[in-house]
Amino acid sequence: MTPSYGSRALRFMKGLMLRNLPLMITCREFEDFLLDYLEGNLPRGQRRIFDLHLAICRECRDYLAAYKETMALGKRAFDDPAAVLPQTVPEDLITAVMEARHPDSEK
Amino acid sequence: MVLQKEPGGDGPFNDEEDLLAGLKRGERGAVSRFVADNIGRMRAVAARLVKDEDLAEDCVQEAFIKALKNIDRFEGRAKLRTWLHRITVNEALMVLRSRKRLAEDLIDPLLPDFDENACRLEAPWPKRLSAEDILSQAEQRALVLSKIDELPESYRIVLVLRDIEELDTAEVAEALGITEGNVKVRLHRARSALKKLLEPLLRGEAP
Ligand SMILES: [Zn+2]
Repeated sequence: MTPSYGSRALRFMKGLMLRNLPLMITCREFEDFLLDYLEGNLPRGQRRIFDLHLAICRECRDYLAAYKETMALGKRAFDDPAAVLPQTVPEDLITAVMEARHPDSEK
Repeated sequence: MVLQKEPGGDGPFNDEEDLLAGLKRGERGAVSRFVADNIGRMRAVAARLVKDEDLAEDCVQEAFIKALKNIDRFEGRAKLRTWLHRITVNEALMVLRSRKRLAEDLIDPLLPDFDENACRLEAPWPKRLSAEDILSQAEQRALVLSKIDELPESYRIVLVLRDIEELDTAEVAEALGITEGNVKVRLHRARSALKKLLEPLLRGEAP
């Protein structure tokens, strides 16, 4: 199944506009700024340009939404409640740790 | 003997200061408690970095040994748990560094798509996610983890260190011996690639 990306002609016009009008950036340029934008590292002027692109570009808006959802899913995936519970401890591990503490190698 | 006491329950070493004093005196009871309370979390940290159960267990043991050897130097400014977490990450990174360099060219097909006008190609994003309707929390977690594992190693590691272990860019750069710019590029590519791999889940299609 090929996803629908909208009309080629419209995208051609959009590309033309984004490349040539003042304060506009292309989607590719938007992509290069994305991480700095998310981490709050963009100076105010650039941030405004970025926000403007988001306001007029449906594709980048949707991309950013999916990107953020991906980050959230990743974090949740590792959030294993079982790992936080106290676990049974192999006694030989305790012994190994105790032995290593013996002072012949200290200081 | 097996130790299964709840943290915060009755018994010795419930208080962090107590525990720390016990550890500094080298009491076995304190060490048992310390290990029992932390080993689950540490195993998880090591396993998601080194991706090998035996190696992960070695990392955990080594981390406990390092922690106990240096316990006198631990001043209690940070939380004991945070400190231990950092030691475990470092142990895992040492294992990783000893591995061969991995191919990095596999990620290209997973990067975002643009047309010849530099316009992004992106299907509309559904207003409401349906992943929750289709999969249970546990199924979702398992699916996401399996997709993270599909990422090329050099990207996966950066994603885990930055997004899961929450190291900052400079720390990841130092740990992996690469530039901060390189960390940023890899992080962004890893997230983009993961997004593409998770697209069916995000859009509520069958995985
Ligand atoms: Zn765009």
